[in-house]
Amino acid sequence: MRTLNRICMLLFTLVFVIGAVGCAPKQAAGPVTIHILTMDQAGLKPAEIDQIARDFEAQNPDIKVNMEYLGYDFVHDKITTGMAAKPPAYDAAMIDVIWPDEFIKAGYLLDVTNRVTPEMKSGMFPASWNGVTRNGKIYGMPWLMDVKYFMYNKDMLQKAGIMNPPTTWEEMVDQAKTIKDKGVAEFPIIWSWNQKEGVVCDYAVLLFGNGGSFIDASGKPAFNNDKGVQALAWMKQTIDDGLTNPSSVSSDENAVEADFLAGKSAFAVNWLFQYSDSNDASKSQIVGQAAFAPMPVYKAGMDAGVKGSSVDGSSSFAIMATTPYPDQTWKFLTYLASNEVQTKYSKEMLPVWQTDFQGDALKTLEGATPTNPVTVPAFLGQFPFANERPTVPYYNEASAALQLAIQEALTGVKSPKDALDAAAAKWIDLAK
Amino acid sequence: MTVTSKPVPKQRLSLRQQDARTAWLLLTPSLLVMLGVTLWPVISTFILSFFNAPTGLNQARTFVGLGNYLAMLQDQTFWETIGRTMYFTVVSVGLELILGLAIAQLIHSRPWGWQFLRISLIIPWAVPTIVNGAMWRWIYSADFGALNGLLMQLGLIKHYVPWLTFPNMAMNLVIVADIWHTMPFVALVLQAALATLPEDLEEAAAVDGANAWQRFWQIRVPLLRPAILVALIVRTVDAFRVFDIVYIITSGGPAYKTLTITYLTYLNSFAFGKQGIGAALSFLISTFTIIMALIYIRFLYRPEETQ
Repeated sequence: MRTLNRICMLLFTLVFVIGAVGCAPKQAAGPVTIHILTMDQAGLKPAEIDQIARDFEAQNPDIKVNMEYLGYDFVHDKITTGMAAKPPAYDAAMIDVIWPDEFIKAGYLLDVTNRVTPEMKSGMFPASWNGVTRNGKIYGMPWLMDVKYFMYNKDMLQKAGIMNPPTTWEEMVDQAKTIKDKGVAEFPIIWSWNQKEGVVCDYAVLLFGNGGSFIDASGKPAFNNDKGVQALAWMKQTIDDGLTNPSSVSSDENAVEADFLAGKSAFAVNWLFQYSDSNDASKSQIVGQAAFAPMPVYKAGMDAGVKGSSVDGSSSFAIMATTPYPDQTWKFLTYLASNEVQTKYSKEMLPVWQTDFQGDALKTLEGATPTNPVTVPAFLGQFPFANERPTVPYYNEASAALQLAIQEALTGVKSPKDALDAAAAKWIDLAK
Repeated sequence: MTVTSKPVPKQRLSLRQQDARTAWLLLTPSLLVMLGVTLWPVISTFILSFFNAPTGLNQARTFVGLGNYLAMLQDQTFWETIGRTMYFTVVSVGLELILGLAIAQLIHSRPWGWQFLRISLIIPWAVPTIVNGAMWRWIYSADFGALNGLLMQLGLIKHYVPWLTFPNMAMNLVIVADIWHTMPFVALVLQAALATLPEDLEEAAAVDGANAWQRFWQIRVPLLRPAILVALIVRTVDAFRVFDIVYIITSGGPAYKTLTITYLTYLNSFAFGKQGIGAALSFLISTFTIIMALIYIRFLYRPEETQ
């Protein structure tokens, strides 16, 4: 028995010593691995980003890139939980245009002002830098310039005897009624109105297109005024009239794309990726049928001088403040945002470089992919009308209150006015 | 006079004491790990629940005492969410118990193919909840869902129905998905308990003239009570903390009509960056589940019946 005890003691000591040695800090040896989090939705597909990472690794054998992809709606919370670890779970992450204020306040983002070269600063769109610049400091590398686009199915409009796409939302409703009456589509319009950020983006498009805004000049909520209420009441009315697919209330942007690509809807509002997918025969039943038109506005908005409306859905890559590898990560982000890479992969995501849209470079860009001759003019026409959502550190909670209000109105739980008033009260409360 | 000190003989440990010492030494690493990964997080979360603690690095925390608890207990959304979660728990666990008992009875009666049925039962239970949620989300899909396809083929609907957009229906649809996933657990627990019941009691009752219904309620169910208690406690605690299946199927929508208490905790902790509120909610959830477990034990646990 004593011998057995001694053996046990010896084993215990051995395990303890090995464990202690195993926990000791390790010296980095060989290539450094950086972990990057991004979304699998708008912009490039995972396979394309993986290829970019492999190309980068071939040029930089001392850096390995480990990409991780999530649906857009999961990225924010994954960044938050990833930052609880030391070192952080990710060295860099994609950040949406609505997150920088919150993340800067939380101390998550590395100030990269001194790393940005004058060429980058002047070559990329000013709007792309605005998204990651606060108080004169830059916290990210622009990556994706995107807005919501209005897309329609040419063949379906033709079948219904409609010659031109609508220019106002009222005109779209009339066309949708014709399409429905002629049996071309049961529900001619599809939106991403599920209880996520997508519904706020679509509401922003309609709100600004009616001459409204989220907040007024004094910073107080303004979306619950007449213009905002009218827009929300109109959304509900299109469902009640059987023009908007009622499944919109549970649809995100991917579901919108699935519906549009299946040839079920004539009109859809979505990000740029939907267009290139619509011409991919492996995914789409409407190859060659999708087309862009400028985002309609309301007649009242038009009369008030609104020339166009959309919402900014740009995103950047930010380096996490506690990463042990800021230099290697910045090197990779510089490669991701480089002119060469952005032009090569411009099928679903147009470059953040304004220089690519000028002179001879524009011809090169338009010839870079088969869809660019269509998407480049669409971008240039729509991007100037991209509106911003509020830039406040509590945006996520404010947005959740607005998402709830919109859903309550759409499902008939509350009137549009009551629902928006409740959301506005929440915004005021959050601002205190 | 010289004093010669007599050396004190070294007290030898008995074999039992030596074994105990070795056991403690061997257990220490595991205990330390358990302390680190379970007890310490619980304590630190409890402490956190008394602070206003925004998410972030080096963020200042303000002591608010019971402020987070009081804020939640006075919040209408909290009580609406508790009510919704209770509905989910009662309906889901209740139906799982009824269906589980029926299937356990069926297997126990050894019909043709009963072994296949028992093995098939494991499949829904073995499917990860996330996969189960994704599967049911597609089944309920308004435009491409199997449910709409089936009902159309049966001629029960004329148009595809956007099931998950109806505020009064969404929670029931999540419950169906949850029952499909977890009812097999209840069925298997009860079937295992049924297999151990003595047959002579029922035979004697049959001789005395008790019919099948009477034998079921008067003999079988009381004998099954300990197994039912285990199944109920495990499933109730699980159902009250439901999160993943809701997250995948509805994300709390439409209009928060499927928002459960754990989802509210998640939103506060990670989406809204209110860790103090999230921590307080976690302890409120624990309190509710403990109360429910105590109620079950109070009314169902009869130690004399298990002896």
